[in-house]
Amino acid sequence: MKKIIFALSLTIIMVVLAGCGSGSGEKVYVYSYGDYFDPELIEMFKEETGIEVILDTYDTCEEMYPVIKNNSASYDVLCPSDYMIERLIEEELLSEINFDNVPNIKNIGDKYLEMSREFDPENKYSVPHTFGTAGILYNTEMVGDKVIDSWEDLWDEDFAGEIVMQDSIRDTFMVAEKILGYSLNTVDEEELKEASELLKKQKSLVYKYANDSARDILASESAALGVIWNGEYLYALELNDKLDFVVPKEGSQLFVDSWVITKTSENKENAEAWINFMCREDVAKKNFEYLTYSCPNVAAQALLDEDILNNEKVFLTEEMIDNSEVLKDLGPKGNELYSKYWKQFKAE
Amino acid sequence: MTYKKSLAVPFIIWILAGTIIPIGAIAYYGLTDRNENFTLENVLAIGDSVHLQALWLSVLLALISTVICFLIAYPLAIIMRNSNLGKRGFMIFLFILPMWMNFLLRTMAWQVLLEKNGVINGVLETIGLPALEIINTPAAVVLGMVYDFLPFMILPIYNVMSKIDDSVIEAAYDLGASTSKVITKIYLPLSIPGIVSGINMVFIPSLTTFVISNMLGGGKINLIGNIIEQEFTVSSNWNLGSGLSLVMMLFIIVSMIFLERFDKTGEDSFI
Amino acid sequence: MKKYLKFIYIGIVVLFLYLPIIALVVLSFNESKSMSVFSGFSLKWYEEMFSNRMIMQAVINTFTIAITASVTATIIGTFAAVGIDGMKTKQQNLILGFNNIPLLNADIVTGIALLLTFLMFGISLNWGTVYLAHVTFCIPYVILSVRPRVNKSVNTLYEAALDLGASRFYAFVKIVLPELRPGILAGLLLSFTMSVDDFVITHFTRGAGINTISTLIYSQVKVGIRPSLFALSTIIFALVLVMLLLVNFLSKGRKESVIY
Repeated sequence: MKKIIFALSLTIIMVVLAGCGSGSGEKVYVYSYGDYFDPELIEMFKEETGIEVILDTYDTCEEMYPVIKNNSASYDVLCPSDYMIERLIEEELLSEINFDNVPNIKNIGDKYLEMSREFDPENKYSVPHTFGTAGILYNTEMVGDKVIDSWEDLWDEDFAGEIVMQDSIRDTFMVAEKILGYSLNTVDEEELKEASELLKKQKSLVYKYANDSARDILASESAALGVIWNGEYLYALELNDKLDFVVPKEGSQLFVDSWVITKTSENKENAEAWINFMCREDVAKKNFEYLTYSCPNVAAQALLDEDILNNEKVFLTEEMIDNSEVLKDLGPKGNELYSKYWKQFKAE
Repeated sequence: MTYKKSLAVPFIIWILAGTIIPIGAIAYYGLTDRNENFTLENVLAIGDSVHLQALWLSVLLALISTVICFLIAYPLAIIMRNSNLGKRGFMIFLFILPMWMNFLLRTMAWQVLLEKNGVINGVLETIGLPALEIINTPAAVVLGMVYDFLPFMILPIYNVMSKIDDSVIEAAYDLGASTSKVITKIYLPLSIPGIVSGINMVFIPSLTTFVISNMLGGGKINLIGNIIEQEFTVSSNWNLGSGLSLVMMLFIIVSMIFLERFDKTGEDSFI
Repeated sequence: MKKYLKFIYIGIVVLFLYLPIIALVVLSFNESKSMSVFSGFSLKWYEEMFSNRMIMQAVINTFTIAITASVTATIIGTFAAVGIDGMKTKQQNLILGFNNIPLLNADIVTGIALLLTFLMFGISLNWGTVYLAHVTFCIPYVILSVRPRVNKSVNTLYEAALDLGASRFYAFVKIVLPELRPGILAGLLLSFTMSVDDFVITHFTRGAGINTISTLIYSQVKVGIRPSLFALSTIIFALVLVMLLLVNFLSKGRKESVIY
């Protein structure tokens, strides 16, 4: 008995000590989309600065929002998408970045900072990490003779059980809204209703609603076509060379995902150091090679091969950008409306 | 009666802080709106067609899983009971071992197995059989539930069965009872307490899960657990989520009272 | 003939229970990332797993939380089981009723209730909140395992020791605790397992960067299942197997059944 008590107290002491041991030292809490930067960069960052990165991931921005809003867990750096950044700024949940600590902002192209002004009008809160558009990734063999060039192909009954759709409110509605010719930012209840009806109709054809894992499903040929970000194209191609990517003719959604710092951040300088690190040209290049999402870092772009830069499926053409729409925050009323119709569509 | 009651003080404090206050918190959120005014709206929201649909599907899938678990577990418990002691220990070991593996890993395993280009279909294809296409359907969710909760049905039933006196069974056979008679007239009534706790331990987690439906339902299967979880994460309407949780608690209490009744009458009829 | 049927039946159930585990074990040694074709033996996914800091941190978190929470719960629960015995029947029933709530309630409700409580009191979620939540749902298991051991004969022995001049503390340590030991061990083991296996309550009460194996798998599956998770499964399965065999072996020696 004594031995057991002794052993137990020893383990507790060890555990507590271990806990304290890792408790000291500089840290930065990063909260981003899953698999959204090269994990080796975490090690690299620690070696260079001594700051330890503690990483958590979310599947959709909507999942991240309540955590930040209620401050139920305190993160320093986030990497949300445009419309969510707008909402976070609106609700005063972000803190201004001190750009004296982020000199590498000079590497970010002006063009992209201008894009950012759509949601961060004075470029005070955010530093772009990636940008891109949504399209259809499809298996050229599995779709047969059909030409895939429209969102409507996702409603083609010949592909029943072989379609992958995004599982994220705004990105899923986007597809239906584009087919119907409505704005991605519509808050007209009738239009939304119509869009949700369209999505309901598609439901029996869909193999799975998935976000990040969509690429694996398509690469493993469990499905023939699916909605996916252009940044996943090169990654998926490496796994399966029968895949091809197209931005549908109806136009698409343009997104910018950026680093922001939370209002409640307790390690703001470390957070800025992280953002600065991510903007360094060699880091951004390394990250691009891992992630293959288009990077807004022009200094890093200059280090890339011509082929990749000219690949319009990776770096969008001006024309594609013009044909795309950026998601805007819809305000409390609009968000509630989307939630309502999303729930209805999901329950069907 | 000489132990000091005060030994239980830390526990009582813990109950207060960890059980009573949290339930109070959920009731508070569930019965107020965003502006902290009293309302029953969040609780009555269960009547919305969206929520009713999810609740109905949850009850249906949970019932199916419970019945399947019972049908698998019952003969197994009888077989185990009638084996010799050494074998029994080994069999129990065999049946609980998977239960000790992480619940998420077990569920993930089924996703890997059932994926359209997954393990099972790979095997079926090599031996020339048609593919199994149940991933992302209610059938896959039921399969996951049965797999995850089956041991919870086997163990309590076996426990009760192992306490049935051999002489009772022998007497029945000696008096000319058939095997089916022995099962329906002896095993079944005597094992009701085990069956009831088995049903409880399978039905309630199946009814309230959101993980299994999430991982095996492909975003197409919406159970009441998913709705509540979504209210706390994606939709961030905590009041509604709490209100629906209250309804769920009510549901659990009702099904328990119902089952307990059954349990009692079972014992009575034996006496 | 009947015997064959029995064997076949048990065989099918065992196959059903073990098929997924076998599949994960086999795939963990697969050279390629494919989930259907075995293309060659390789240990690279094990390497990847051990060099993945997030997985390693999650393993450490899982075990530190499980150890500390189950030990705390065992201490509180054991004292409580003894203390409850000194109460009047009515009080006993009331307390045991409350004790049953976390056992019977759905995990999702327990998790949400704890989350709301923490936030109501302005406690930001972190390692500590997960620990507190785990202690909360572990205590009832300890009480359930220990209480049946607190019976008349222990009482009598304890009183006899007091009559013979032992101090309360001495009598408690020397008489009561040894009598309760099997129950305490069972409670400890049960709470440890429940803590390791928990996902839902951790999901709602975890703070920034606090991942357990369960929560990590949940987020990883959304990104895409990688074979390093199969390697993790294999190792966990091997550990569980060894541990259960060990416990079984030890308890057989002492005739104390601990796990069931």
